[in-house]
Amino acid sequence: MLICGPSGSGKSTLGHIINGLIPNSYKGEVTGTLRIKGEEVTNQNIFDRSQLVGTVLQDPDGQFVGITVGEDIAFALENNCASQEKMVGRVKEVSKMVDMANHLTASVHQLSGGQKQRVALAGVMVDDVDILLFDEPLANLDPATGKHAIHLIDRIQRETNTTIIIIEHRLEDVLASHVDRIIVVNKGKVVIEATPAELLTTTVLEENNIREPLYVKALKYAGCSITEEMQPEHLDNLVLEKCRERIKNWFKESPPPIPPKMETPVLELKNIDFTYASADTKTLKQISFSISKGEMVSIVGKNGAGKSTLSKLICAFEKPDSGTILMDGKDITKETIKERAKRIGMVMQNPNHMISKHMIFDEVAFGLRIEGIAEEEVRERVEKTLRICGLYPFRNWPITALSFGQKKRVTIASILVMEPEVLILDEPTAGQDFRHYTEIMEFIVELNQLGVTIIMITHDMHLMQEYTPRAIVIANGEKIADDTAVNVITDLEVISKANLKETSLFELAVKAGLEKPKEFVQRFIDYDREVREHGRNAVVHRTEISDS
Amino acid sequence: MAEMLSYIERKSPIHNLTGATKLLCFVMWSTAAMLTYDTRVLVFMFLASLVIFQISKVKIREVSFVLILILFFLLLNNIAIYLFAPQQGAEIYGTQTAILTLPGNYDLTLEQLFYQLNITLKYFVVIPTALLFIITTNPSEFASSLNRIGVSYRISYAVAIALRYIPDVQRDYKTIAVAQQARGIDLSKKEKLATRIKNAASIFTPLIFLSMERIDVISNVMDLRGFGKNKKRTWYGYRPFQARDFVALGLLLILLVVSLVITFNDGNRFYNPFV
Repeated sequence: MLICGPSGSGKSTLGHIINGLIPNSYKGEVTGTLRIKGEEVTNQNIFDRSQLVGTVLQDPDGQFVGITVGEDIAFALENNCASQEKMVGRVKEVSKMVDMANHLTASVHQLSGGQKQRVALAGVMVDDVDILLFDEPLANLDPATGKHAIHLIDRIQRETNTTIIIIEHRLEDVLASHVDRIIVVNKGKVVIEATPAELLTTTVLEENNIREPLYVKALKYAGCSITEEMQPEHLDNLVLEKCRERIKNWFKESPPPIPPKMETPVLELKNIDFTYASADTKTLKQISFSISKGEMVSIVGKNGAGKSTLSKLICAFEKPDSGTILMDGKDITKETIKERAKRIGMVMQNPNHMISKHMIFDEVAFGLRIEGIAEEEVRERVEKTLRICGLYPFRNWPITALSFGQKKRVTIASILVMEPEVLILDEPTAGQDFRHYTEIMEFIVELNQLGVTIIMITHDMHLMQEYTPRAIVIANGEKIADDTAVNVITDLEVISKANLKETSLFELAVKAGLEKPKEFVQRFIDYDREVREHGRNAVVHRTEISDS
Repeated sequence: MAEMLSYIERKSPIHNLTGATKLLCFVMWSTAAMLTYDTRVLVFMFLASLVIFQISKVKIREVSFVLILILFFLLLNNIAIYLFAPQQGAEIYGTQTAILTLPGNYDLTLEQLFYQLNITLKYFVVIPTALLFIITTNPSEFASSLNRIGVSYRISYAVAIALRYIPDVQRDYKTIAVAQQARGIDLSKKEKLATRIKNAASIFTPLIFLSMERIDVISNVMDLRGFGKNKKRTWYGYRPFQARDFVALGLLLILLVVSLVITFNDGNRFYNPFV
């Protein structure tokens, strides 16, 4: 079963009720009853509950208690006073189910993102629970790993016949597994309870800011009405017969993406090599690329491929072994962090790594005040930036009162106020629901239109396709592609090397028998963005005008 | 810079000992070092600690930062002793061999130097082994060994988790430090001390919040996985004592007894070369 809903909808709270953190760890008033296996358990203690419901949390790093894989898996057994002999046997058994039997003595910190999640899963399965609860299992994984994770959950469900509850807003990815029912929550209430096929025929998703599967959206744009008979929950089984013509009619080649104006490059990397002090092998090998002024580029690749390291090098947080970094044609390789920061701003993934003041205004003013700028100018610049970022009404609020997305905005504002020419954003939309995602990205587009060059590090394929005409792909420390986003997302070799995921739009286009599936993908992206920017009717209208 | 004071995985005889053995050995070792002021014993133990360090395959540079920090405090300590009790040595050893005449009662005596040498030696005997104990004992084994010698498992685990988070917190610190430097704060010596302290605060605030977040997550996880349910718990990584553990414990017990015998043989904790 899938629980779906935008941020702040109450889906995580619902999860806490199910796993017993409410009322055991988070206090509050609970009314109503919760029954598990027919028994009323509303006020059951958390230990008894943990025998019934196993929870896998979102952040794979934070949830390890043990140091080695085996030890972490055994944690619940240890607390149950199981004998060592029994533990060893059970750990072996469970680790086999998640394909981690060969890593029992490895340290959990050396594992890849996907492996970490397997260990976390094994750690709750070890208790032989009746219900497995996953809280946003896909949030921190690269696309291919996310796909594997969903398949693994699906397999575990089939093999152990356990009830699975997944809390997630990335609907399309979850639907890759077999889902019986979906509950959509919003504003603390259940909006609908339906089978996936039923749900996709409604407009509930759109109304509640949950992203529909892209292929479904494309079908809707093409004017097809989705019916349950079409089996819309899986692209593989989708019955397209009635729609094929409509798709073909809707499709017309959209103008090819405007090739980035190759004006004077603002930032150039030449043959960058980098090795971490603690590592033996090179993290980055011979990386070269150049970014033009005013461009908006994605850097994508699998977890641990070296994307973040690359951004650290650009900001001078680390020094390359060899190679040069040029800005406006001038060698800046040897500049310090502080010098570099005046022209290149970096927004880190976790806003909590950056925020150090109590009030929003002070946080944004921080950098300017350090530079010793007169308070009057500080006020002026901060207020201007806060307006751009839509934070002006909150300027005298404490930061703790903000949501995660708003905090992210504060960190962007605190960098933007320094007026950098290049802005690097590490996973700008991680953990955001569709509405906030759109808001943040549209905001970044606005900044880009103001002339700021934007580099985004991401493994969100939607983001790459929709917002950045160009993508640089890093795999195992090497640059393996530097092309338009559409070409990257449809190149099977690049996709498999960099742990990306092909887009369902491409598959849909192939399935519909279109001759130019790539152009179909591009057409969808352009159309979809316009719809979101101006509303459906405006776009339909404009298309009609240009048709006639 | 590698993370300091975190467990370093190696294959060595020291690593192979169980955590409980190491803990008990360390307790005996420091008891011996604390009780004795006998220079011969201290010198022997110091040399022995160098050998043990060698056996552990831990490299000096892996602990150099902490070592330097401790040496610095040792120096401060020595200066303070001299300032507050310049004639302590003469008092203890009963003679006064001045080698440098200074105003007040600050005459530098051979006895004082010898006394402070002994104190320094004590540090040198205990500190490397303490470091070694921390970095060769896997934190969860540390917890299980504390638990085995009678400490409640909740407290043991709390200590182990704290040890485990040392590297994580250091990583966070570095990330925050570069983020703040990128916003223009200067932590280098170029800046005035007062400003540097103020600047450091802008790193510690986020660090504290991040750590609280971590604690929140981990305590939820531990709850969800049944930690604290029973009065006792078992340990997956439990290792029964083996021959080498008994050998190590035996050796340390002998060391402790012998050092005490030598030390108190003459009815005094101090070895006195001046009489």
